[in-house]
Amino acid sequence: MGAAFKRAKALPMSGKVGLVLVIFWLAVALFGPMLAPYPVGAFVAYDVFDGQSAAHWLGSDYLGRDVLSRLLSGARYTVGLAAAAALLASATGTALALTAAVGGAKVDEPLSRFMDMLISIPSKIFSLVLVAAFGSSLPLLLLIAAITYVPGNYRIARALAVNLAQMDYVQVARARGEGRFHIAITEILPNMIHPLLADFGLRFVFIVLLLSGLSFLGLGVQPPDADLGSLVRENISGLGEGALAILAPAVAIATLTVGVNLLIDALPGRGKGR
Amino acid sequence: MAGASSQSGMKAALTLTTQRFASSLLTLLLVSVTIFVIAQLLPGDAAQEALGQSATAEQIAALRHEMGLDRPAYVRYADWLGGMVSGNPGQSMVANMPVAEVIAERLPNSLLLAALTALVAVPVALAIGIGSAMNRGGRIDRALNIATLSMVAVPEFLVATIAVLIFSVKLRWLPSIALVSDDMTWGEYLPGVAMPILTLSVVVIAQMARMTRAAVIDQMDRPYVEMAVLKGVAPVQVVLKHIMPNAIAPIVNAMALSLSYLLGGAVIVETIFNYPGLASLMVNAVTSRDMPLLQACAMIFCAAYLLLMLIADVTAILANPRLRAQ
Repeated sequence: MGAAFKRAKALPMSGKVGLVLVIFWLAVALFGPMLAPYPVGAFVAYDVFDGQSAAHWLGSDYLGRDVLSRLLSGARYTVGLAAAAALLASATGTALALTAAVGGAKVDEPLSRFMDMLISIPSKIFSLVLVAAFGSSLPLLLLIAAITYVPGNYRIARALAVNLAQMDYVQVARARGEGRFHIAITEILPNMIHPLLADFGLRFVFIVLLLSGLSFLGLGVQPPDADLGSLVRENISGLGEGALAILAPAVAIATLTVGVNLLIDALPGRGKGR
Repeated sequence: MAGASSQSGMKAALTLTTQRFASSLLTLLLVSVTIFVIAQLLPGDAAQEALGQSATAEQIAALRHEMGLDRPAYVRYADWLGGMVSGNPGQSMVANMPVAEVIAERLPNSLLLAALTALVAVPVALAIGIGSAMNRGGRIDRALNIATLSMVAVPEFLVATIAVLIFSVKLRWLPSIALVSDDMTWGEYLPGVAMPILTLSVVVIAQMARMTRAAVIDQMDRPYVEMAVLKGVAPVQVVLKHIMPNAIAPIVNAMALSLSYLLGGAVIVETIFNYPGLASLMVNAVTSRDMPLLQACAMIFCAAYLLLMLIADVTAILANPRLRAQ
């Protein structure tokens, strides 16, 4: 705990801001619904698209619901789905990359060619095709976001793993007669954890943007559930009057993604960004 | 002697370019297989979709036969691919007209939007990228770093919302919806697309500036730059005369990569501003599950992406002094 605190203190200013934003949104995702002043679906304001007031800190939405309450529970979908999808994408990509690194050219060649092919489909286009084919229930959205970002993670993890596989200590392990699985897990993986963590953060940002983009198009999280992107979409009619109901969730997404980006950028020896 | 080596250099560059081109084509072919396979995974098929729940099995079978859906998958794939190549990718199910016609209506709008965005974004991004590289580690560089780092992570709809709030709600300068028709003059067209261009530019500029900065800084650490600085060349001259010729390949590469972002970013921006481009057409195709239209749109986007990557790589090949003819 003390070590973590020291490390946080050593971060540059931008990194501290990022860290605070990330912790804030994690807390909102975990405890947000408990803190919500009103039930998520309740019509509580007399007016639609109300401005800021003491009763409704972020005003009311297009049906007169409390924006703050909806935002607090929407954040759970955005953060939760994106974190799970990023975890799935990173785990799958890294597992395949390790397989390629220790499996020799016979495994590496076809796998890498296949991933290169997938990476040349722009991610938003790819996910649109997947949504059209599979639909967009919550588990499917998670899967779609993960599939879309596996190739990117694979490419980075493979480059790391192939480099490490050439190292003397891995050659020694091989000469000792260790199995491929053992080499991949105990010799190679621990040495690529740091860049992989940075990559995980980047995937998380991409996925938050992808999923809220999909929700904004009406192709993501479906009502009655709502993530932050859906909140922007459902209040789009308030754009003309500059309603807080549309600005608040959009700003919420931006503070989350910018926070993660600032934090990753401030970490020493970070991975390369997009 | 010099002539012979420059000729072999040209030849090597040509061979590499041809190889790169062939590999792009192969990738595009594989992409088409992937998109076709995913589209086939749709539960229920187009015939069922068209007739609805109440249709009898015979009706569905008849329509399926009529649409050619009862043939094996590889025959349908070959059929579709042949149609794509010859410019006839089938019939749009929702619009009930040929996909080619629907796309022909939208594609020029998208190309125009992309071209105008590039026109705005490239000079600004170059200025920011080179400027912050020259000021490396300084106050301006750090401020620009934070700014561009934040901009790449901001969702397009926030930029669009803020733009609408400022320019059409508060200032009332620009319309919040991009109305586009064939008989518009440039004077009528430009105010309508100003905000879509602005929104797309913000993210593209941020990305392009970051990569340009990285490319220039990579060159700054080389001994020849140190030499130029030590012999007293002015900083601006160092960048223009010494660094730029060597950084041009990575910078073009960065531009191609960032412009490829336009393909995805346009999906959101065209929808918000109701701009009649290819990306909003594709979103409609997803909503209405119009698979022939969707497949064609996806292929166009992938082909555009591969073309940009090809341009980036070929520039790198041609700009390599070891291959360039003297």
